[in-house]
Amino acid sequence: MAHDNLTPSPGYLEWLPIEYQDLVNLGPYNREKKPKVTDMGKFKEIIEEHPMCAGCAMTLFIRLAMIAFPNPEHTIIVGTAGCGRLAISQASIPFIYGNYGDTNSVASGLKRGLDQKYPNQPKDVVVMAGDGGLIDIGFQGLMHSWFRQERFTTIMLDNEVYGNTGGQESGMTAQGQVLKMAPRGKVTGKIDAMSLAKVAGVDYIARIAPTNPSRVARTIRRAVMIAREVGPTYIQAYTSCNIEYAIPTGDVMQDAFDMEKERYGFEEVISDKAKAYLDEIEKKPAKKAKK
Amino acid sequence: MSDSKLYIKEMPADWVPGRDKQKVVSPEYMFHEAPREQVFITGSEAAREAIRRSNVDIAISYPITPQSETMQQAGYLYDEGYIGEYYRAEEEIGTMSAIGGSSRAGIRSLTATSGPGLMRGMEAISSWPGARTPLVLLNMCRVINTPLAIQPDNIEMSFLINSGLIMLHGENQQDFYDYTMAAFMISEQVDVTLPVSVSVDGFFVTHARGNVKMQADDLKLPPRDGWRSAVPAMDNENPPARISRDAPIQKSNFISYHMHASWQQEVFAATERAKKYINNYLGGIVEIINPDADVMLIASGAAVSQSREAVRQSSELGIKVGLIKVKAIRPFPKAELREACKNVKQILVPEFNQLGWLHKEVCSNLFGFTDAQIAPGPRVYGGMTMPTEMILEWLEEGRKDKPWFFQDPF
Ligand SMILES: Cc1ncc(C[n+]2csc(CCOP(=O)(O)OP(=O)(O)O)c2C)c(N)n1
Ligand code: SF4
Repeated sequence: MAHDNLTPSPGYLEWLPIEYQDLVNLGPYNREKKPKVTDMGKFKEIIEEHPMCAGCAMTLFIRLAMIAFPNPEHTIIVGTAGCGRLAISQASIPFIYGNYGDTNSVASGLKRGLDQKYPNQPKDVVVMAGDGGLIDIGFQGLMHSWFRQERFTTIMLDNEVYGNTGGQESGMTAQGQVLKMAPRGKVTGKIDAMSLAKVAGVDYIARIAPTNPSRVARTIRRAVMIAREVGPTYIQAYTSCNIEYAIPTGDVMQDAFDMEKERYGFEEVISDKAKAYLDEIEKKPAKKAKK
Repeated sequence: MSDSKLYIKEMPADWVPGRDKQKVVSPEYMFHEAPREQVFITGSEAAREAIRRSNVDIAISYPITPQSETMQQAGYLYDEGYIGEYYRAEEEIGTMSAIGGSSRAGIRSLTATSGPGLMRGMEAISSWPGARTPLVLLNMCRVINTPLAIQPDNIEMSFLINSGLIMLHGENQQDFYDYTMAAFMISEQVDVTLPVSVSVDGFFVTHARGNVKMQADDLKLPPRDGWRSAVPAMDNENPPARISRDAPIQKSNFISYHMHASWQQEVFAATERAKKYINNYLGGIVEIINPDADVMLIASGAAVSQSREAVRQSSELGIKVGLIKVKAIRPFPKAELREACKNVKQILVPEFNQLGWLHKEVCSNLFGFTDAQIAPGPRVYGGMTMPTEMILEWLEEGRKDKPWFFQDPF
């Protein structure tokens, strides 16, 4: 929402909750320079408080994503049942929380609706949902939104488990992992969602662990911009569940680094069309700066 | 197939969508004043013509008999520019989720399905009212349950009854036309802000022809205003709606019981508030024939037509039988029925389903307000038609000392 819409009528601001006042006075909207992840702590974030477990890597990722959105005042997030929405619903970005697994269908209708209503104002639609929400119950909607080339970003918060229902295995759980409902270890392997995205013709595909905040921010920005102008985009983010995987809170980041090295290395797959577009938006300002 | 061509049509730059050539008129003018001309068309064609005049922004659906005919006609309307956006979704839960999404964008949204499709979409459908998404669902009734069949039978409507949707039930092609247009206007009233379903009995209405009086096709209803709504559009153009941000509603697993309870109360209160618009746009929520008769038929949908004929044939025999046509199942015309039935001696409820959901509605709403005996039928199902003779036989049986259908057990 634009700063104008957020700002209350004169004389009314002081009666609003302090959180709201901060958002108006110190929020990320309408600033000369958009705050970066390195500015964390120096401005009022779109999301701060949340009821997720202490040390949960998913919340870190969500926080970074919200800082990175290129145009938060014109962004709408679509989520679903699962841990992530506990935090996402606290943000000052409209959040559509539907039925479990419905995200990519809802986002398809929403995005087409917004495009029709605002032909001259790009509205960014971002799906943020768990691995189970996307690859298991939401599989059909996910794949078809890609095949239909729907113009929004899908972010999989991949903690490799059903966190919210207490730790059952998901399609994204690695083979052999012992979890609830996989008492003898998960029999089949982790679903290769990256390859599915490639086959479906997704224009920007990225796999990332939250080890490098600036890289997370750049990845999010790229995905949102490409979805706006080119076609569907997909980010698969490792966001460990320290509770169900029994990772001591203090070791959460170390686990992310280890996973990144082992099997969650940064990978970007960019279509030619998306590449050309990125060149246009990322290189031009650099050239200008040199002049 | 050598001459077949694959192409994606590009609209020329100077293309003027059909919608842009129509004139906006108020619902009052459209429904009550605009001159009409009579045509003889199928129910699916009647629905198409209603959609043409309804200023629809998006139509999303998945094919299923007997709905398919209407929604592929909607495709032609899209091609002519009478619908802004259109696509075949992945299946019905995707359809019903997507149309909920488009409604949240603040645009006029239409979908349609039948029996099994309705069942498949039910999780999404039953979440629309709480999300306060105005939209229209056309439901061309078809059997559910095994053995699979495509025959008309309206038992699926019993699953919609307690979902929070407004439910209209059309008798014929004319109703399908009128109710569809009215549905958009009812759905988008600020004090309603709810999805509206328009059910008709498959084939009997959708694939058969009937007389339909239509307004000129260069008229259209006013566009939707997504902010004139109990919960404004989720377009990030207004301060956060309470449902998305501040509300305990979506905040966590720990929403208060009170919050959920009052939200549900409000949804069902809103369905009641829709009654005044139904009365206005549909010329009354009920239609009553022979209000002073001792014996009353109460029916909805295609069963009303057979009941009308039974009333006519009875009068030829010198017997006065009354008929109440129930146009809306939600909100249910409770007060109207209580008033109309207070002196009635006997009630019959002809229905096109095995369960007798209308019978149950009538019984529970009239209990304590009438001394009439309420017969559990007559009913046909599985796609059968209801011969007028069947209603006449039941009426005759009802005149006996101890009609078999009032014996226990029935
Ligand atoms: C239709 C339906 N089926 C099942 C559930 C129960 N459910 C809620 S969250 C969840 C699992 C969430 O796992 P995931 O999507 O991976 O997200 P996480 O909690 O791990 O972030 C399940 C099974 C539901 N809410 N709705
Ligand atoms: S259960 Fe796991 S994923 Fe969910 S909030 Fe807790 S640590 Fe995070």
